[in-house]
Amino acid sequence: MPLLEIRNLSVDFATSSGQFRAVDGIDLSVDKGELLAIVGESGSGKSVSMLAMMGLLPWTATITADVMSFDGHDLRALGPRQRRRIVGKDMAMIFQEPMSSLNPCFTTGFQIKEALRLHLGLDRKARHRRAVELFEMVGIPAPEDRLKVFPHQMSGGMNQRVMIAMAIACGPKLLIADEPTTALDVTIQAQILDLLTGLQRDSGMALILITHDMGVVAETAERVSVQYAGQKVEEQKVADLFETPHHPYTAALLAALPERATSRHLPTIPGVVPGQFDRPRGCLFSPRCKFADDRCKAEPPAPAGSGLGLARCHYPLNARSEVSA
Amino acid sequence: MLKFILSRLLTFLPTFFGVTLISFAFIRLLPGDPITVLAGERGISAERHAELMTEFGFDQPMLIQYWDYLKGVVQGDLGQSLVTKKPVWDEFFTLFPATLELSICAIIFAVALGLPAGVIAAVNRGKFFDRLLMSSALVGYSMPIFWWALLLIIAFSGWLGWTPVSGRISLMYYFDSGTGFMLIDSLRSGQDGAFWSAVHHLILPTIVLGTIPLAVIARQTRSAMLEVLSEDYIRTARAKGLAPFRVNGVHALRNALIPVITVIGLSVGTLLAGAILTETIFSWPGIGKWMVDSIFRRDYPVVQGGLLLIAVMVMIVNLIVDMLYGFINPKIRKR
Amino acid sequence: MTETSETASQATDRPGPLREFWYYFRENRGAVMGLWIFVAFVLVALFADLIAPHDPTAQFRKNLLQPPFWQEGGSIAFPLGTDALGRDILSRLLHGARYSFYVGIVVVTVAASGGIVIGLIAGFAPRWLDAIIMRIMDIILAFPSLLLALVLVAILGPSLTNAMIAIAIVLQPHYVRLTRASVLSERSKDYVTAARVAGAGRLRLMFVTVLPNCLSPIIVQAALSFSTAILDAAALGFLGMGAQPPTPEWGTMLAEAREFILRAWWVVTFPGLAILVTVLAINLMGDGLRDALDPKLKRS
Repeated sequence: MPLLEIRNLSVDFATSSGQFRAVDGIDLSVDKGELLAIVGESGSGKSVSMLAMMGLLPWTATITADVMSFDGHDLRALGPRQRRRIVGKDMAMIFQEPMSSLNPCFTTGFQIKEALRLHLGLDRKARHRRAVELFEMVGIPAPEDRLKVFPHQMSGGMNQRVMIAMAIACGPKLLIADEPTTALDVTIQAQILDLLTGLQRDSGMALILITHDMGVVAETAERVSVQYAGQKVEEQKVADLFETPHHPYTAALLAALPERATSRHLPTIPGVVPGQFDRPRGCLFSPRCKFADDRCKAEPPAPAGSGLGLARCHYPLNARSEVSA
Repeated sequence: MLKFILSRLLTFLPTFFGVTLISFAFIRLLPGDPITVLAGERGISAERHAELMTEFGFDQPMLIQYWDYLKGVVQGDLGQSLVTKKPVWDEFFTLFPATLELSICAIIFAVALGLPAGVIAAVNRGKFFDRLLMSSALVGYSMPIFWWALLLIIAFSGWLGWTPVSGRISLMYYFDSGTGFMLIDSLRSGQDGAFWSAVHHLILPTIVLGTIPLAVIARQTRSAMLEVLSEDYIRTARAKGLAPFRVNGVHALRNALIPVITVIGLSVGTLLAGAILTETIFSWPGIGKWMVDSIFRRDYPVVQGGLLLIAVMVMIVNLIVDMLYGFINPKIRKR
Repeated sequence: MTETSETASQATDRPGPLREFWYYFRENRGAVMGLWIFVAFVLVALFADLIAPHDPTAQFRKNLLQPPFWQEGGSIAFPLGTDALGRDILSRLLHGARYSFYVGIVVVTVAASGGIVIGLIAGFAPRWLDAIIMRIMDIILAFPSLLLALVLVAILGPSLTNAMIAIAIVLQPHYVRLTRASVLSERSKDYVTAARVAGAGRLRLMFVTVLPNCLSPIIVQAALSFSTAILDAAALGFLGMGAQPPTPEWGTMLAEAREFILRAWWVVTFPGLAILVTVLAINLMGDGLRDALDPKLKRS
């Protein structure tokens, strides 16, 4: 049984101009200790689906799913109180902006010890010991001093380490990292990624890495799920995905990697992810797809078989003749 | 931090001189020369008039007069009341505790109700409670408090007979005023019922004086909370599995307090303006009533000195608020 | 590319600033309600002579302290009862609207025009002049507004005109600060530099280029100080330092009614209610104006 299983998750937001579907029928499963990457451009609903699972969306969001279970709990049936017992303890999340994700009015020590008291019920001394230990684990020098400072007195990279320390404080079974390196300097990015993968390997927790950077995926993940405009368009093992992408969107993302560029100009994907008002009738990627024909524009495709990476496309790429659907 | 305090003090000084200049100018702006004004309606003989002009130095050049006035102010010499013949400085500080006691009660009342109201409204944004609380706040904000006082007197003193109409304590009790704070003095006097009498006398003035600050604080708390609630760190706090009470009441409120404290500090001026009306209506023997009475009695040294002392009080409170602001906002403190 | 033609037609249909403003203003139901009450208040102020059933100063000696018509002893001739001198309260209230409206208009005009000019000067002036102006404003703001107004009236002598002057002086620094702050933030923008490069004179730069872009917060402030002016004038009247009896000014009416509060609730209740409703309506409108004109101001 997988640690996390989600079937047909949809999230709608009530906006002043009607309903907006941010996540559309996502399936997802993560095993214990696994590292899954979710890839997609901004606005493709990667973060929203994870926030929905954690129960962190505002009240304007309506969440529906056929299955949403974590570690034997049915998340749909859980009351807020029971959910809070899991969230922050067994399931933790770190966010994109380390500078604004920490409360500016409290010291880092206060913020990390707060979680320790809530979920583990440690006494004051034990909390302090554990906090120092956690800061050492995430590579913060002089942890005793750093527990006493406010977030704005440290760099973004240091703050992200504090966020990671806070997230793993209670020994979570699943850590969700929502673009953890996007807001950081390039040199720091690699350090943070190494830290995350290292922690995942050592502690045996599962890690979901949300990113828009295919390069990051290649270096770290085992399995990749590609999302586009709120839908999952493809899912494969990393090596297979890089070898034989089946969805044109995946292929385009890969082609946009500098390492893979064949010509002098880096290929780009023209256009942007469709928003609330320009959602196409057929395949959501059709306006930007160089292979799209009339059928793509008229009729939304269903996911292909697992041999084709579940690609949501009428004409999957690299299809071997014997498995063509 | 020291630099911060010093820079604040530096802006304090020119304002202080400006305020002394205004209170100095006040008595000279009145129609007629100062001695005629000071002599009041009884009039004064020509010789005595000339004598006094020299005695008080009113025949000196303006600059010298101002310098002498400033020297007096710094030494606590603000002249004496024409009516009671007591030094203005002494009168002010005899009456000030009464105003301070009332103001403190009003602020406590306003904060105790306004903060929770603002938080509840923000958390329930757009729902029934939010609308109810914010409409009430707007009514409070628009309230002519002198009328509000009369209404409360009609209801609580007239119909229900629960509260007295005026004064600080029932005439049955008499004891020396040690601290000037009736609540403390009545407790220390040990007389039966004295404390409760003082409390009863305080209730209506407190509500009247606290109404507008209450409305302002509730509105400000709500908008500050709304802003804070959309911040990333609130999501982080919720991601830790903290209960809503802790997320809203600790993580959000602590940040929302920064602008709210400023508003509370700034309402001190409003409070003193309100004290003028409240004290007049409830015959509360504080500096507000003292000022109004003095204006009516044409007791100009009192008006002049009171004006200066009140402005300096407001300035000192604003200075304290500024520093408090630096203290509660870590970003300023450690800069 | 059908998309572009669609956006092009939308661009031509974009509503004018006034329509857009009305669209946002209308969303706030409280503000619209406030607007209607304010319109009614202005109409009453304009046509008080025609609407009022009696002369506001006429004394009906046989009908002293008569209660409103729905209470025993009341009559429809004096719908809201009479005061201690037998004057019709309704007529006095209707005429009182006139004074309050007058106070609001005069005070806002004087305070705003003075404050805007001084604020513009401060915003464009060299540093030392700016510092002096702002210090002076700080000094005025150090005094509680009502106290300063009281003292000014004590100097000038108690009357409605002097009360209005005093209130205008006290309210002025708010306009100065607001104007200067928005001038400073606008002045560094590209369109101002462009106008300067194009050779616009200093006065033109101040009043034609920059001022219109600073107006939103000033308009909101004008609405709010309209209500403050009415409240302060009533407070001065109540303390005997504003309009003098027998002027049917609402605050003055309350002052005259004070001694009857426990005997005749109506002489106290109605004038205050009139002040509250008027001020509330203007504040509701001010909130709506703020939300519609400048979403950035929503926080305060």
